[in-house]
Amino acid sequence: MKKETTNTNGSVETTRRRGIPRRDFFKIIGGGIIIFFRPWGVLDILGTPAEQRRSLPTDYNAFLQIAEDGTVKCFTGKIEMGQGIITSLAQEMADALNVPLENVKMIMGDTDLCPWDAGTWGSLTTRAFGPHMLAAAAEARGVLLGLASAKMGVPVSQLEVKDGVIIDTKNNKNSVSYSQLTKGKRIEKFLDVKPLPEDYTKFTYIGKSYNHADAVVKVTGQAKYTGDLKLPGMLFARILRPPSHGAKMTSVDYSEAEKVAGTKVIRDGDMIAVLNENHDLADMALAKIKAEYSFNEMPVNNQNMYKWYVKSNTRSEVVRSDGDMEAGQKLSDKVFESEFHDPYLAHSPIETHTALAHLEGDKMTVWASTQSPFGLQDTLVRELGFALDKVRVITPFVGGGFGGKSPAQQGVEAAKLAKLTGKPVMVVWSRDEEFFFDTFHPAGVIKIKSGIDKDGFIKLWDYNIYSSGTRGSETTYEVPNAKTTHHSTDRNEPSVHPFATGAWRAPNNNTNTFAREVQIDIMASAAGIDPLEFRLKNLKDVHIIDCLKAVADKFGYVAGKTPSGRGIGVACGADAGAWVAHMAEVSVDKNTGKVKVIRIACAQDMGLCVNPEGAIIQIEGCLTMGLGYTFSEEIFFEGGNIKDRGFDSYEIPKFSWLPKIDTVILDRMNQPPQGGGEPAIIAVGAVIANAIFDATGARLYTMPFTPARVLEALKKV
Amino acid sequence: MEKTISFELNGKKTDALIDPGETLLWALRNHFGLTGTKFGCGMGFCGSCTVLIDNEPVRSCQLSVGEVAGKKVVTIEGLSNDGKLHPVQKAFVEHDALQCGYCTPGMIMNATGLLIKNPSPTEQEIKDGMEDNYCRCGAHKRIIEAVQTASKEMKGGK
Repeated sequence: MKKETTNTNGSVETTRRRGIPRRDFFKIIGGGIIIFFRPWGVLDILGTPAEQRRSLPTDYNAFLQIAEDGTVKCFTGKIEMGQGIITSLAQEMADALNVPLENVKMIMGDTDLCPWDAGTWGSLTTRAFGPHMLAAAAEARGVLLGLASAKMGVPVSQLEVKDGVIIDTKNNKNSVSYSQLTKGKRIEKFLDVKPLPEDYTKFTYIGKSYNHADAVVKVTGQAKYTGDLKLPGMLFARILRPPSHGAKMTSVDYSEAEKVAGTKVIRDGDMIAVLNENHDLADMALAKIKAEYSFNEMPVNNQNMYKWYVKSNTRSEVVRSDGDMEAGQKLSDKVFESEFHDPYLAHSPIETHTALAHLEGDKMTVWASTQSPFGLQDTLVRELGFALDKVRVITPFVGGGFGGKSPAQQGVEAAKLAKLTGKPVMVVWSRDEEFFFDTFHPAGVIKIKSGIDKDGFIKLWDYNIYSSGTRGSETTYEVPNAKTTHHSTDRNEPSVHPFATGAWRAPNNNTNTFAREVQIDIMASAAGIDPLEFRLKNLKDVHIIDCLKAVADKFGYVAGKTPSGRGIGVACGADAGAWVAHMAEVSVDKNTGKVKVIRIACAQDMGLCVNPEGAIIQIEGCLTMGLGYTFSEEIFFEGGNIKDRGFDSYEIPKFSWLPKIDTVILDRMNQPPQGGGEPAIIAVGAVIANAIFDATGARLYTMPFTPARVLEALKKV
Repeated sequence: MEKTISFELNGKKTDALIDPGETLLWALRNHFGLTGTKFGCGMGFCGSCTVLIDNEPVRSCQLSVGEVAGKKVVTIEGLSNDGKLHPVQKAFVEHDALQCGYCTPGMIMNATGLLIKNPSPTEQEIKDGMEDNYCRCGAHKRIIEAVQTASKEMKGGK
């Protein structure tokens, strides 16, 4: 294949990805009909933030294969981490090819077999990958119909497909199955067309609920996650970690570690690792290493952090602007100024970052719990000097990601150690390491100045983001004079964060929706207007309006001015192409500051919903996980020293927190599918804050709403 | 260091030549190949390593293999019978009571232990009994429903 040039985003990048040699590829996957694809509409398939965008693949990779036994194998660089795409993508494929659902087999996250993919994040699988997969399926169906037409001697227009069998509509007895057509053949088709919008209404499987396809293997313990793999001679590695992110090692003594039976100590630059076939002995050896450090910590901690972000983020960029602020101020009868705070959060998947690496000859294979197998492959090429076709990353089941497993440092560590020892090496991060190396949800400050006129219409909206990001910062409401400013640092300036930060389920939208929806509530209350009515009055977006109406209906909402003493809150927003509205009821113990969520309801417009039950599960998961950032989750730190290193101090949602949950998915089968893994988490903090206000008149501006913060807020009532 | 430890593992009498001080979790996973029992925190907080010891749900990361000598250990792999799912497993499938599935074996073992002790728990008793098993995906609602369904089916089977 010759070198190709792809023009993206105004800049010319020249690159070529080389997958494994073709003969190896066919050796692994066998014959049948194979549809290859070349990425098109590059930016829409990527959907990645600019800083993560990189050179693009220009070669072909398989998308789907109809094997000789009629099995349909669907290849995707996406991975399964609980979001359920192993089920919903199979549903889409079954429909597009007219085959029984059980005939579809998903092959996921294997860099040697699957088409290149930027990573599993942003709730992009269904909305961005899905249409491309369906186009490949349509192509395959076309090939099969062509073959059938020749074999059966009837025109394609006279054929129909049912359960993988092509039938002559004028003579039922004249039929041929996909497997009969593919037997002994290897037909390769290269797809270069842009997918057309599908008519989803004609499908059999899409739009119906199916249980998780991986449920049985997961309830029996048969499902393999990375840590469950074992290779002969495999060593467990534990790596010496600094006590804080600002620490630098000044001396180390690992002589005692070397005395632990069967232990190998590896030093490679800054990395010191102990390896042992026995996990306990590797732990023991690690504990025997004595190291000293010097410290240079950033002067930021939980006490001064919010002032620090406002002060340190000196680069201001106006993200959007309508009208002008002075005019807005003049039109406003009442003006409100608020400052909202959101701390660092850990991802805390129950499976820690894990990787197994094995070097065979000159080929490195890394099995890793990662949301980005191709990203890890690139990192291995860059950091270890392997050629691209000499690194294969395979992603077994992933035990939760939430954005935290897009970086896969553990994969590099395992590969490095496998290369140095010549043995298969397993790296299983401890819970302590998982907290320490997490790419935390960034803490941030939102300042809002807003105003309403005498009739309760919003006339002014001056929205300022410090340190966190802009996702979900749209004004949402109809405001003639609105401005959003993002205060950050230049790329070449040092980060304001003393440790790594990254994407955390619906990145930054939780922060922005919290701030916006509480501010809206403040104005509604001051205007003496019911908070639902106030929103409806100031909204034009029909999607959100429909969600609000649907959730009010489900919740049995009775209008009232706040604070009513009832403890009912409203909030809404948009994320990943979908729209949500929440309502919640809480009770507040004014003596202890403890809040109990009695019930929470969510209505979601996500366009076409492939697997309704699967989507509801994602909503329930979002609402439950959202209670964590609302009530307890907050990383304590002093500079680069992260104090929360386990579930003893970092509390995630538990069974006793569970409210009654009601969900509505709006029927939008004729609309393109949107994201479903994240939207419902964005408004949890806001809806609870507003419900607490309705119960008590106390306003909370800093998440999470710990009993101490609730008591503090109650004092101001 | 190594000693023969005798105990019953998933219904089979087992004599294992092993360091009795080895953590039960890692012994199960590495020595016996029973990787359904998961490492989550190694500190006894999350419950993903839960197994049954003499019908009691126990965190295998907090125990050494020597401590199970003479006892009956059941892991997730030993719960189904001749390929037939245990009622708790079946209920987890029916209710879609899992997402990433990583905490699931621990959840199922804990729920099974709970139902052995209290065959007809109230919703509150299920919440109390499951409280210290952590799920990050937020499958809690369905897990409670699955335990309720399993409770009904198990009592019905008597």
